[in-house]
Amino acid sequence: MSTPILDLAREPEPAGHEADGPTTIAARSPLELFWRRLRGDKIALTALTIVVFVVLVAILAPLIIKIVGTPKPNITNSDLTDDFGQPLGPTASHPFGVDQLGRDVFSRVVYGARVSLITAFAATTLTVLIGVSIGLIAGYYRGWADSLLTRTMDLVLAFPVLVLAVGVGVACSGADGCLNGLIQPGLGVVIFVITLTSWPYMARIVRGQVLSLREREFVDAARSLGASDTRIIFREILPNLVAPIIVYATVLIPQNILYEAALSFLGVGADPDTASWGQMISDATTIFRDAWWYMTFPGLALLITVLAFNLVGDGLQDALNSRTAK
Amino acid sequence: MAPEPIIQVKDLVKHFPIKSGVIISRQVGAVRAVDGVSFDVNAGETLGIVGESGCGKSTTARLITRLLEPTSGSILYEGQDIAGMSRKQLKPLRRDMQMIFQDPYSSLNPRKTVGSIIAEPFVVHGIEPDDGQRKKRVQELMDQVGLNPEHYNRLPHEFSGGQRQRIGVARAIALKPKVVVADEPVSALDVSIQAQILNLLRELQHDLGLTIIFIAHDLSVVRHMCDRIAVMYLGKIVELAGADELYAHPRHPYTGALLSAVPVPDPVLAAAKKRQILGGDVPSPANPPSACRFHTRCPKVVLGTCDVDPPALEVKEGGNVAACHFPLTDSEIALQVPTAAA
Repeated sequence: MSTPILDLAREPEPAGHEADGPTTIAARSPLELFWRRLRGDKIALTALTIVVFVVLVAILAPLIIKIVGTPKPNITNSDLTDDFGQPLGPTASHPFGVDQLGRDVFSRVVYGARVSLITAFAATTLTVLIGVSIGLIAGYYRGWADSLLTRTMDLVLAFPVLVLAVGVGVACSGADGCLNGLIQPGLGVVIFVITLTSWPYMARIVRGQVLSLREREFVDAARSLGASDTRIIFREILPNLVAPIIVYATVLIPQNILYEAALSFLGVGADPDTASWGQMISDATTIFRDAWWYMTFPGLALLITVLAFNLVGDGLQDALNSRTAK
Repeated sequence: MAPEPIIQVKDLVKHFPIKSGVIISRQVGAVRAVDGVSFDVNAGETLGIVGESGCGKSTTARLITRLLEPTSGSILYEGQDIAGMSRKQLKPLRRDMQMIFQDPYSSLNPRKTVGSIIAEPFVVHGIEPDDGQRKKRVQELMDQVGLNPEHYNRLPHEFSGGQRQRIGVARAIALKPKVVVADEPVSALDVSIQAQILNLLRELQHDLGLTIIFIAHDLSVVRHMCDRIAVMYLGKIVELAGADELYAHPRHPYTGALLSAVPVPDPVLAAAKKRQILGGDVPSPANPPSACRFHTRCPKVVLGTCDVDPPALEVKEGGNVAACHFPLTDSEIALQVPTAAA
C-alpha cells in the first residue's frame, strides 16, 4: 500500500498509461456515448419507431395497399357514393371510407405519406445546404459579406410566408412553371417556397455558432500552421457544427410536413390527383358533417407523424448535447 | 559577443479600431494594444515578455506569428520583413515559426483525434503524404513530448490539461521550427504540472535548438525559463534586461512593483519588506496617459516631467534597459524587493 500523497513530480493521468494495465478501461467514442444516451430515452425510441414505420409505409405504399386489398389511390368509383353524392364511411373493404369521388381514403393516406416525406426531406435538405453555406460564409468572413447576408436574412424573415407561398404558387402554376422551368408546378413550388422562407433560420443558427467557434484557439492554431480558409471552414469548424445541424434538421422535418400540408390545403401544393394529407383535409372541410372519416384519418396521420418527428428531434438534442443530459 | 538576432521587431504597432454606428460604421477611436514596441530575439535564446492582463503581450505574440495584421512597424525574420506579407508569402515561413497557445482546452479541436491534430502541420504543408509514414512521425512526436503513442486515436477530452498542452507542444514542434512563440503556455495549468511543461519546453529547446518567445504574467515562471525578459505596460516595453539583472536590480518602478508583489517564502525577509503597492487600475489602452504611461500610478512620479516628456528606452545602471526618467536606486530596490538584495 503505497499511496504517494505529495507526488507532484508525476502528472496524474486519468486517461493515461494505467489504462493499458490488466483492467482495460475502454474509452467510449462520442457515437457510442450518443447511442447510450438515446437508448435510455424511452419516448424518443418510441417516436423513432413510429418515424421508421411512417418511412416504411411511404416506401412500401403499393405493397401495403395490395396486402390490405384497397384500390389504388386515384381510382374513382361512383358506386361508392350514395344517391346524393355523399361518400360512404368505413367498411371492411374500405377501412378508412371513401371520398366524394369514391377514392379509397386508406390508400390515399398511405400514398400521402410519400408526398409529405418527399417534400419534407427535399425541402429540409435544400434548407440545410443553403442555410449552412450562407451561415458559414457570414460567420467566418464577417465584414461586408456578413452584413449583406444578415440583412438578406432579415428581409426574407419579414415576408408574410403564406401570402408569398400563394403568390409564388399561382405565378408558377402555369404548365411551364417559372424561373425558366426550374420550378415546376406542384410539389416543386412547395419545396421552393419552403426553402426560400426557412433557410434564414438555419443560417442564423450556423452563423452564431461559427462566430463563436472562429474565435477559439484551435482555429488560430490552424491559421498559424498556414491552413487555408477552406480547410479551416471544412476541417476545423464544420465538424463542430454537426450536432446543431442534425438537431435543427430534425426540427425542420416536421415543420416542413406541416408546411406542405398547409400549402396543399391552400391549393398551392400537389396537383389534385396526387394524394396529399393537406389537400385531403382541405377537401374534407366541406363535407365534414357527413363524412368525418375523410378529415379524421389524414389528420391523424399528420398529427402522429409530426409528433413523432418532433419527439425524435428532442431526443437527439438531449443525446447529442451532453450538457443538457440528465 | 555578438549574438545573431533571428527576429528583429521594430516600432511594432497594433491599434484595434473602435467603431460605432449600425449601418455606416465609422471609427471613433482605437485601442492601442501594442504601441511602438522594438526588441531583438537572438537565435537559441528564450525571451520572456511579461506584464499585466491587457498590456499587449499576447497581441505582440500574435503579431509576430502574423495571426494579426500589424498596423505599422516591421518584424524581420532572418532579415525578411514579414509584417506586410500576404498569407501566401507567409506559408513557407510558417514552418519555421510556430505557436503554443494558452488554453489547452480551446486550442485543440474537440472533434479531431490527437493523431490528426498533430498530423495537421504535415498535411497543411504537404510533408509526409504517405499515411503510414505520417502516423509514424506523429507517434514519434507523441513519444518525444511524453505522451503514450498508443493514444493516437483518442479525442482531446480524454486527456488532462497537462497532457493536452503536451499535444499542443507536439503540434508546434512537428515541423521542426526555429522559433516557437509560447503564449502563456502554463497559466491555465496546475502548479505541479506547470513545471513539467516548462521542463519539457527547455528540454526540447536544448534538443532542437529552438528560439522561444515566452509570454507570461507569472514572474517566477519567467525566471525559470528565460534568458532575457521584456516587461510591458500598456502596449509599450518599459524594461528589458537579462533575467538575472532584472531580478537583481529592477530599474523601472513598474518592474520593481511587480517583483515586490511576489510573495517571499521567508518570514523574516517578508516582515522587513516594504511592499510597493500600486494604486488604481491599469488605464484604458483606448486612452492611455500622456508621455510615460506609468506616471498615473508611479510612486516616483515627478509631474511636469513624467507626464510631459516621454522617456526613451536607455541603458541604466547595471545594464538594464529601461524607459524611465527616475529609475530605482539600489537602496530602494533593497527595501522593496528583499529577495533581489539577498
